Amino acid sequence: MSLMITDDFRDSFFQECEDLLEAMNDGFRLMAENQHEIETVHAVFRAVHSIKGGAGAFGLDALVAFAHHFETGLDKLRAGKLDLDDTVLGLFQRCGDHLADLVGSARDEVDMDAASSAQLHGELDAIIGTVVQDDPDDAPDFQPAGLDLDLLFAPAPGGRYRILFEPWAELFRSGNDPAMLLRNLGRLGTLSARLNTDHVPPLSELECTRPHLQWELILETDETAETIADTFEFVDGLCRLEIAESATGETVRPGGCNSMPDAPTGEADATGPDTVTHGEQTQPIARTNDSKRASAATIRVDLERVDKLINLVGELVIKEAMLSQSISKIALPSENEVSVGLDSLKQLAGEIQEGVMAIRAQPVKPMFQRMSRIVREAAVATGKRVRLMTQGEHTEVDKTVLERLVDPLTHMIRNAVDHGLEDPQTRSAAGKPEEGTVILSAAHRSGRVMIDISDDGGGINRAKVRKLAEDKGLISPDADLGPAEIDNLLFLPGFSSKDEVSALSGRGVGLDVARSEVQALGGRVSITSNPGEGTTFSISLPLTLAVLEGMVIEVAGQTMVVPITAVQETLQPRTAEIHAIGQDGRVVTNRDRLVPIVDLGAIFGFRPPPETLDNHVLLLVETDNGRHCALIVDGIQDQRQVVIKSLESNYGHVNGVAAATILGDGRIALIIDPDGIIRDATGPIGGDFQLHAAR
Amino acid sequence: MLDEMAEARAADREMVAFRVAGQDFCIDIMSVREIRGWTETTILPHAQRYVKGVINLRGSVVPVVDLSERLGLGAIDPGPRHVIIITVIGAQTVGLLADVVSDILTVNDDDLQPVPDIASESARAYISGVVVAQQKMIRKIDLGKVLPADGRDLT
Repeated sequence: MSLMITDDFRDSFFQECEDLLEAMNDGFRLMAENQHEIETVHAVFRAVHSIKGGAGAFGLDALVAFAHHFETGLDKLRAGKLDLDDTVLGLFQRCGDHLADLVGSARDEVDMDAASSAQLHGELDAIIGTVVQDDPDDAPDFQPAGLDLDLLFAPAPGGRYRILFEPWAELFRSGNDPAMLLRNLGRLGTLSARLNTDHVPPLSELECTRPHLQWELILETDETAETIADTFEFVDGLCRLEIAESATGETVRPGGCNSMPDAPTGEADATGPDTVTHGEQTQPIARTNDSKRASAATIRVDLERVDKLINLVGELVIKEAMLSQSISKIALPSENEVSVGLDSLKQLAGEIQEGVMAIRAQPVKPMFQRMSRIVREAAVATGKRVRLMTQGEHTEVDKTVLERLVDPLTHMIRNAVDHGLEDPQTRSAAGKPEEGTVILSAAHRSGRVMIDISDDGGGINRAKVRKLAEDKGLISPDADLGPAEIDNLLFLPGFSSKDEVSALSGRGVGLDVARSEVQALGGRVSITSNPGEGTTFSISLPLTLAVLEGMVIEVAGQTMVVPITAVQETLQPRTAEIHAIGQDGRVVTNRDRLVPIVDLGAIFGFRPPPETLDNHVLLLVETDNGRHCALIVDGIQDQRQVVIKSLESNYGHVNGVAAATILGDGRIALIIDPDGIIRDATGPIGGDFQLHAAR
Repeated sequence: MLDEMAEARAADREMVAFRVAGQDFCIDIMSVREIRGWTETTILPHAQRYVKGVINLRGSVVPVVDLSERLGLGAIDPGPRHVIIITVIGAQTVGLLADVVSDILTVNDDDLQPVPDIASESARAYISGVVVAQQKMIRKIDLGKVLPADGRDLT
């Protein structure tokens, strides 16, 4: 039981660490853009400090030790004893990265090698100068002390108040936080707090929903008692509050407080007095540190619950469609109540679906922050100077999409730094600033999410790319390729444009892998490049993995769905120009282009290819890599939004099939994967390369 | 030692018995989620012959395996009288097509006999033992082998 509670605490600590690290990185970014204020430094300091405090409570010594040292460095910056130049910021950023690593390894309970800690330690020492070890604040164990308050708020020579504050359960239940109140109180003057734990019962009798704590506060301020009472305005009636002017200064002695930052403010209090004799605990206010908590009105929900809800809503939408279908079979007069009711039900179900999907949507910001680290590391590895600029980091994307985007994006970012940007000498020779810029931007555009990775490097060296592709036998030497086609060669499996394999992006994993990862998410990657100006990789992604706009078609008696994004146009074979090639090959002429014809029924093994196409429809599809084909289908039924269901979970992957969905009649329909079909039909690189190159 | 034996003796299992191609089979009731009537399946491309397709089980896509074909007893031409036994093996949910569910048996582990040598190799591969009950020989199916843990093997 108690172990479970510890686990819960642990989990929430690590979740909080993620928020804190995000806040820290936010601060560093502002510093990098030179937009920071003193509060930014404070925020970073607080974040690191909070991590240290929490880590201490869980006995994560390595984390505490490093965070402490890091914090000392930040403290120097905060106190204005350190100038924030690029070297210092760079070091702090690397320390931040290392802190994140330490948090990660503590969470996964794996050991980190101490060498990197030690090295950063050393560098910090060098920057800080000699660390003042006799300063009690610098003692390695967590001992918050009220020193900063004295620095920030000069003690006022006014009155001295004794305040007794005892929060009741209702105070916590209504979302108030004693730490906030005490901190606000601290702004009025110099505050010393003494935590009275006399009423905390033994663990066996502890009711965790009842508070057991009492604070005895001494406030030196020139404000009136009314102003002090105003601080507690919002918790009026939710706590015991006594404010009295005290004549004599009672010394409040500093002492060790349990290092878990939340414990004193959290849950506890009691009826049975004198059951435990804790020592008196003094908790100075200045550094209590959970400001994060009060500001964000969010809840953490198990992803599984959200997914369950999404599934259920998907079911609801399907059931609604089934109901509409069966009702439409009954000849009801128009404008009847049933149809009207059903219409509003449909609308409601749609709105619920949208709302539920929105729960899964997450801003891209944390991922962008991870990328800034990738850029820093890549810059160090390549000896280039690189600045990452991010735009649209509040753009929201489905959580799963976001998670699965990390790998391809990491690859593309590294690629941009390693291959995209020139080295400093070449840059200055070309009249560019030595520091290269990589811009990472996200935006919503026409129902999709666009993520662009741009560099201001030299652009793609097309002659070199072409030669490499020829040398590797990827294209024939006489192939007639336009600039865009040459750029797309970068995505071919087995292509790496760097002459020598570099340690950074030449890991045998090419851009083709990054692209297929994006494609697996229903996304597309395109590339634009201007010589001398830079290269942009654009990733276009669906907003969600849960629904898809599809064209419902019929092939050999089976109903299937083609993603609408792939469909370019539909052709009537009767009017289209069809040519036979070889024994059973057929192509259709479309806009001066010869497009191979593929029978969906035959490729799935449902039937032999039809002799004549007169009773069929041709569906012209284009894949992300610009390959085209015309699919023979028997008929087009509908165009609608379909819920995506996994085929892999109970069965496995099927070539040419992306997923499954459930139609209005409750039957399953397969969602086809045009790219897979073209690969099946024409081989991995395909014969139409030459053809559409003439476009 | 004696205690252990007594415990082993007490290991009664409940089995769902069903008929496929005139033969009796059974599987542990713990791996059966539900039994439903035959519904038309959606055919999967490139699938093994014994995979009849997929059905919608309250929002999940569940493949249906023709047990008769899988055991080498000839394909079933499914109709409304046939049943689909929805089973769960590991993380996978798979439906087994059978002629009829006949009984629920209580079988003691001690009553489980090894497969007789005369059984054909193809059938033996999927049967982990036989039980004699009500004058019938009931074959216990090794679900793990009928439904490979890795979905790819089905394709």
